[in-house]
Amino acid sequence: MADRTGINDIVKDENLVYKKTSVLTDRVMHYCPGCGHGTAHRLIAEVIEEMGIQADTIGITPVGCSVLMYNYLDIDMQEAAHGRAPAVATAIKRLMPDKFVFTYQGDGDLAAIGTAETIHACNRGENIAIFFINNGIYGMTGGQMAPTTLSGMKSSTSPYGRDVQMMGNPLKMTELVAQLPGTWYVTRQAVHTPASVRKAKKAIRQAFENQKLKKGLSLVEIVSNCNSGWKMSPVEANKWMVENMFPFYPPGDIKLEGRLTGKE
Amino acid sequence: MKELKLMKGNEAIAEAAIRAGADAYFGYPITPQSEILEYLMAEKPHERTGMVVLQAESEIAAINMVYGGAACGRKVITSSSSPGISLKQEGLSYIAGSELPCLVVNVVRGGPGLGTIQPAQSDYFQAVKGGGHGDYRLIVLAPQSVQEMADFVDLGFELAFKYRNPVMILTDGALGQMMEKVWLQEQKPRRTSFPEWATTGKTPDRERNIITSLDLDSAEQEKFNLRLQEKYRKLEAEEVRFELTDAEDADYLLVAYGTSARICQKSVRLARDQGIKAGLLRPVTLFPFPKKPLKELAGKVKGIMTVEMSTGQMVEDVRLAVEGVVQVEHYGRMGGIIPTPEEIVDALGKNFLK
Repeated sequence: MADRTGINDIVKDENLVYKKTSVLTDRVMHYCPGCGHGTAHRLIAEVIEEMGIQADTIGITPVGCSVLMYNYLDIDMQEAAHGRAPAVATAIKRLMPDKFVFTYQGDGDLAAIGTAETIHACNRGENIAIFFINNGIYGMTGGQMAPTTLSGMKSSTSPYGRDVQMMGNPLKMTELVAQLPGTWYVTRQAVHTPASVRKAKKAIRQAFENQKLKKGLSLVEIVSNCNSGWKMSPVEANKWMVENMFPFYPPGDIKLEGRLTGKE
Repeated sequence: MKELKLMKGNEAIAEAAIRAGADAYFGYPITPQSEILEYLMAEKPHERTGMVVLQAESEIAAINMVYGGAACGRKVITSSSSPGISLKQEGLSYIAGSELPCLVVNVVRGGPGLGTIQPAQSDYFQAVKGGGHGDYRLIVLAPQSVQEMADFVDLGFELAFKYRNPVMILTDGALGQMMEKVWLQEQKPRRTSFPEWATTGKTPDRERNIITSLDLDSAEQEKFNLRLQEKYRKLEAEEVRFELTDAEDADYLLVAYGTSARICQKSVRLARDQGIKAGLLRPVTLFPFPKKPLKELAGKVKGIMTVEMSTGQMVEDVRLAVEGVVQVEHYGRMGGIIPTPEEIVDALGKNFLK
């Protein structure tokens, strides 16, 4: 029968325009539809494949929604205690200085319980990459207030909105660590549009490439949504993120090659 | 080359770590054990053997650095004293739950709280019953001399890797601070090959390695717990270490470890001079605990007394071991006070010879 659909042409190798990176496993991700974690995982996996560093990369997962990241990336990984990933990464990198070491942490993990480990790893200038997913909420435990929850933002532990007089202010951890002499590259990205995904991937690639320079720590914040925790549809959540999260957590480079860009 | 030196217990541990071919030490200062970190920094082990030494921002960070290094199959050691060991408990639970080998030194000081900087043995429960959350055990070694402080570093690493389990050297401020002569072993080379489970980078010839203590499947988590318990039973069957002094014909048995055991050796002599047939059982491994030899001796003696620099913690394990066969009493001093050999003999008399 004649191939009127052209399907046999489409599946030919020479016509391939995109395929799932081999560094991602075939495991179905547990993330909620619309969540940014899946995209962020894919970008990291793609960069590892493109750089050809699968055998030389060790990742550290946090406690939080992305604790099971080790099920999805086909690389050696360690699961750290809540907030301690930068300390874990410090030891790995010091013992194996030529390996690529990254942590993947949420805002509760990195900016609340792990504040000390984050600041000191940054300040020591460990030659690692930190990928920091900021969705302003504790997703895994059911939508509690995070250190990054915006003023007035509702969560299960700030049901009437975050009252900064009573509950303290949202913390800009990324701007904070950019001040430290040990950080080499600090940027804030997002993964909610094709254009932002491309930019975020470039930033992730940069964070890996920087490890060859041995000039300090790279931190890539990815402002993301939590449509389940925010109790919105994925489309609404992304819109809400752009209108509310971005004014307080503006995407852009904060520190390049060890120099502040003026956006801090 | 083997070498004879006069050293503090803390320094002996540090030097022994370098010579054992340790890959890294991560620690945080706290009295009475800061000499370990100070000695290592002064010795520049990165030049001697390539060993990594790093002062962490906290005991919590230090134990998590141990986790990271151990998960790469490296020989990693940390040390602290009681309040700092309390901070390490979360990390120790993760290390035990991920079945990682490592060595943790606790140079015990008196508590609770900030307590005192003087020696004590009041961290026995914390050391032998797990310490952090969940059903797990540390292998616990109790040195009684500066020589054993050094020797148990190598032994500790050996047991840690054999059983994929954290090992604790439970010592105290007296042993940490006192100087004795010590034979140091020859320098062992650092390893160049690592266990097959280590996260050293996924090469194409193997599956990826994942170090985690998480399993959300209840049946699997129960299975894992049962497997851990099997390991602990194997330790109890094969790794119990203890030492007897004049126990063969003893009417009264002292049970003590570490500094207290050292003192009790004198007490045994003093008691025998007075015509009291005393003996001593010194547990060298506190977990696994020498239950069997204790049970055997319990049938032969008229009384057992534990001597601990605490309100009585090991005494509970002694009572469990002897199962009521004989009267078990406790004598203890607290707050950094070290008992004298004489007061131990007096206590023995008051308990059993009134």
